[in-house]
Amino acid sequence: MLNRVSTYLYHHPRVVLGLLLGPPLVYMGVVYLGSLFNLLMYSFYYLEEFTGLIVKEFTLSTYAKLFEPANRDIFIRTTIMAAAVTFADALIAFPLAYYTAKFASPRLKTWLVIAITIPLWSSYLVRVYAWKLILAQEGILSWFINLLHLDGVLEWLLSFESIGGSSLALSPIGLFIVFVYIWLPYMILPIQTSLERVPKSLLEASSDLGAKPLQTFRTVILPLAFPGVVAGSIFTFSLTLGDFIAPIALGNSKFFIGMAVYSYQGTAGNIPLAAAMTMGPIVIMIVYLLIARKLGAFDAL
Amino acid sequence: MTNSTPAIKFENVSRHFGEVKAVDQANLEIRDGEFFSMLGPSGSGKTTCLRMIAGFDRPTSGQIFLYGQDVSDLPPYERDVNTVFQDYALFPHMNVADNIAYGLMVKKVEKSERMRRAEEMLDLVRLPGYGKRKPSQLSGGQRQRVALARALINHPKVLLLDEPLGALDLKLRQQMQVELKSIQQRVGITFIFVTHDQEEALTMSDRIAVFNEGKIVQVGTPAEIYERPASPFVAGFVGTSNLISGNLAKRLTGSDKTFTIRPEKIHLSSLETKPDTGMLSLDGIVRDVVYLGLFTRYLVEAEGGADLVVVEQNLKTTSMDVMSAKGQKVRLFWHKDHINPVGGE
Repeated sequence: MLNRVSTYLYHHPRVVLGLLLGPPLVYMGVVYLGSLFNLLMYSFYYLEEFTGLIVKEFTLSTYAKLFEPANRDIFIRTTIMAAAVTFADALIAFPLAYYTAKFASPRLKTWLVIAITIPLWSSYLVRVYAWKLILAQEGILSWFINLLHLDGVLEWLLSFESIGGSSLALSPIGLFIVFVYIWLPYMILPIQTSLERVPKSLLEASSDLGAKPLQTFRTVILPLAFPGVVAGSIFTFSLTLGDFIAPIALGNSKFFIGMAVYSYQGTAGNIPLAAAMTMGPIVIMIVYLLIARKLGAFDAL
Repeated sequence: MTNSTPAIKFENVSRHFGEVKAVDQANLEIRDGEFFSMLGPSGSGKTTCLRMIAGFDRPTSGQIFLYGQDVSDLPPYERDVNTVFQDYALFPHMNVADNIAYGLMVKKVEKSERMRRAEEMLDLVRLPGYGKRKPSQLSGGQRQRVALARALINHPKVLLLDEPLGALDLKLRQQMQVELKSIQQRVGITFIFVTHDQEEALTMSDRIAVFNEGKIVQVGTPAEIYERPASPFVAGFVGTSNLISGNLAKRLTGSDKTFTIRPEKIHLSSLETKPDTGMLSLDGIVRDVVYLGLFTRYLVEAEGGADLVVVEQNLKTTSMDVMSAKGQKVRLFWHKDHINPVGGE
């Protein structure tokens, strides 16, 4: 009996494919896309302000609310933060990934990869609150900055209205530092993977043909690692766009998209507005991916 | 054209990786304009020597001279030497023309001039009009030609080739051997060719250095290497060779040194045949017969204990005839000039 099943499956690879792909496709289709579609539906409903009830009638009025100054600022603030975090992560991640991929001995490489991923094993929440302590007025970072006699610089930075605050923990700068830290592994690993796929002989060929190290970096390494940078930036950008825990714990309590969604659907009970807000990052990400494709980030895939 | 200064000179060059002596006290002179092969099994140090000439590796001790200039510590981008890599190492994100013109681009040569010269190189390697393609759209043989064109565009003083034909099939390899040789003669550049394929080295080279275990064991023309191998290793590695030593050697030649005789120099005949003058003979029993189409290979257990490989062309015989030789007693003949002591007289 079992033999006949095996023989049947061997001769019908499509059936095997169907059996293998069926469950995850059903899951994706129903649970994942279904809930997304549901969310989309709700974004076209609206909240009756007076009764606090959701009216299930098609309307664009909820979307119109997104363009009110307060909500528009949330989008701008979040997008700038996501872009800044992505840029900083790419700058920090590249040398680390390059060293890990191309120079570290196999043993050291294992340890480096473990060191990079270890933070991911601990609770995200714990790490955010740990940073709150590090960044606090009496925290270790302030102590260290005082030690270097740079407290003047810190105060000067914190005095800017848009990025500053009463302490690092309560300023957008602090939030930025924490975002950069938290999403860094998601940037390092894709860049490292893309660099590992570049054979050493390409770098040797480049220098053999007369390119100095900086030229080799610009004309060979960077273009070939670019898809990795884009892959990493998709993580860091979208994770920052949607995060709500870090902005709640840190910063000057000005709203970010995730935070706004969280509060609209929670205390305010305005699920249509929360849903419409969620569409924001999706649209931003689609635009982002289109730009990335235009830049040729996916050509090498 | 020819220059009396050697293109490449090794002076007591060693390269150690920890305990491993990849190259050990190598001394070598490669002449200007020569097609020079470095031949040896894998791990014999030939590729390490090539990498040290290119500048990817630095000698642990000793000096390397490029036309009289000590280049031992120069980085690759400051040496007038270019390389054709074993895996071709074409840049996947550039098209063929940009790959070929890469050496000009890093020298900041103007774009139109770059493209003109890339097209010239494409003509040289017989791939006209392929400039716009991506390396991934080319066959192995075509990639090989692009790699060659890219390495030649800067007119290097020396071109290094690291087993460039290894990945090609037999037909294409033979065709490329001829073509490489003709390109070398046209451009007049010193070629240094690394290979583990003895036939390839014999076909193409003006001279060959045979490597074994980090040492250069013999340098000479193909004929010298083949006819007068300097050691049992060379005799065995370059072609097939029969070794005769001890009592048997003494009986045949009067000396108990080790001698070599090539399989194709030995003739097989019946026991009734008498040797002509100048011929040596030895009786034996055919233990194995391998029919190879063009020729047949016999394994003969000769009296005195030596196992000799004999190769005979299949001029008149068919496979049926040759197979029946197995187990028969035969007499082996060869001219006494064809048995040579290993390591010279």
